[in-house]
Amino acid sequence: MTTSANPSSATGTSDAAARAGKASASLPAFSPTGRANLLDVTGAWLLGLLWLLPLLYGVWSAIHPSAYATRFVLDAPLTLENFVHAWQAAPFGRYLINTFVLVTVILVAQIVLATLAAYAFARFTFRGREVAFMIVLVQLMVMPDVLIVENYRTIAWLGLRDTILGIALPYFASAFGIFLLRQAFKTVPRELDDAARVEGANAWQVLWRVYVPLARPVYVAYALVSISHHWNNFLWPLIVTNSVETRPLTVGLQVFAATDQGIDWSLITAATLMTAAPLFIAFLLFQRQFVQSFMRAGIR
Amino acid sequence: MNRSSASWVPWLLLLPALVLLVAFTHYPAAATLWHSVFSTARAGASSVYVGPENYQALADDPVFWQALRNNLLFALVTVPVAIVLSIVMALWVHRQVPGRALLRLAYFTPAILPMIAVANIWLFFYTPQYGLIAQISQAFGWGDHNWLGQPGTALPALMVVTIWKEAGFFMIFYLAALQQISPTLAEAAALEGASRWQFFRRVQWPLLMPTTVFVVINAVINAFRLVDHVVVMTRGGPDNATQLLLYYIYQVAFSFWDTSYAAALTVVLLTLLAIVAFVKFRLLDSRTHYQ
Repeated sequence: MTTSANPSSATGTSDAAARAGKASASLPAFSPTGRANLLDVTGAWLLGLLWLLPLLYGVWSAIHPSAYATRFVLDAPLTLENFVHAWQAAPFGRYLINTFVLVTVILVAQIVLATLAAYAFARFTFRGREVAFMIVLVQLMVMPDVLIVENYRTIAWLGLRDTILGIALPYFASAFGIFLLRQAFKTVPRELDDAARVEGANAWQVLWRVYVPLARPVYVAYALVSISHHWNNFLWPLIVTNSVETRPLTVGLQVFAATDQGIDWSLITAATLMTAAPLFIAFLLFQRQFVQSFMRAGIR
Repeated sequence: MNRSSASWVPWLLLLPALVLLVAFTHYPAAATLWHSVFSTARAGASSVYVGPENYQALADDPVFWQALRNNLLFALVTVPVAIVLSIVMALWVHRQVPGRALLRLAYFTPAILPMIAVANIWLFFYTPQYGLIAQISQAFGWGDHNWLGQPGTALPALMVVTIWKEAGFFMIFYLAALQQISPTLAEAAALEGASRWQFFRRVQWPLLMPTTVFVVINAVINAFRLVDHVVVMTRGGPDNATQLLLYYIYQVAFSFWDTSYAAALTVVLLTLLAIVAFVKFRLLDSRTHYQ
């Protein structure tokens, strides 16, 4: 692969000069994965800063007194008081627990249901399989978020209004999860399946001992996508909940920002960071896994 | 081996998922159609069959038309811009840019932050007089502008937030696709004396096509279901300038409690999603050419 001729030459002109000086003058210093020139670097970083700006501002405003929320001077005193005040002004501890429970309940149910369904689709031939699969695929286009009116009716009818289960239930069966696991199960060699059966394993044992362990990376990928999605989900929990005991962080933040705080930006950004922090820290720690999860989930 | 199992085994495995899928996707979709031809039950008046009345009301409702227009415009602007940006980002971090890991992180960060949370920060950016944009523009002597308070700029302001939110997310898919393109193609192109633009136009772009199809479909669906920032930043205002279909459904159903009318609105939204689904399957058929 060709790389830029001279690492220290950043501009296009000196690049060209360096190129001309090379023995193989006919080879342009061109490579899609090669070193970037100054224009690329500047552009990439300007955009990068622009993309980080909201987060940077959030941090700035949260760690300085309110008086400095909109005044950007370097000698502004640092404080953690905004976090303390926000934490005291609204039950964020409770919201955090609610979100945690919500995300866990959804994930466990999704994984169990998707595993069973994916196994049926990947390894059984039966009448009506195509129809059943179509029933699943429809949900990829029409997510429960869109059908808020009727789903609210159902949740109310089940007596699950203002419960965490009420937020979670519509998401238990995930077409995306079923589809992802079906693809993973299909790649498991038949021989392994057959060998297990020769040993006398039944369908359950084969699923549990052969398929599930082999699909572990897909489970991790799916789990991260699901967790981040439901940690951030807002509209449906907003509709279903109306008490502190059930509200997740996102709804709690909105109630806090809309009613209690008016325009105290320092408090709002502190609360904002507290809402985003747990998932964001997890993201920083497991960055590679997160990114790969989204990639894997998207490519299939 | 499996073929010899009793035929009820797979159905048993599917049962829990199918029941819930039908209960929260298919049944509500059908019930939406059904309820859209009835009136909303009110105190003293129970729900009665009204035929196309809700749809006639829809046709005469300027807010509905505005929401539909806004939503189509919203998709038409945010989807291409986010995709172009995401490709540019991916091409950049595919190269050896200094601080590449940090840069990838910067681009991807918005995708992992809750929209509801970052919308609060953007709200501050747009605030007149002391918001960040106002401060910058005043420093340059450009005066002040109420970005979210003016009908002309409120929707574009929301579009910017959506593009910011989605571009880095799509970048991940493009980056993955770029990394799968064989380096020998670049070598061949370099030998032929192709410029970077020619290489992108003739080699990378066609090979990225399946990714683009996937990203476009997702982006369009998102354009019709992302409303978190509308709730935080404008609540559909000013003067319905930022009214989007899903937000209008939410308002009609849960603020005005007119569930039948909301059902008719939902039917429109479902129709749009069905069109996307149809296009998707057509495109996925032709996609095989690239593989």
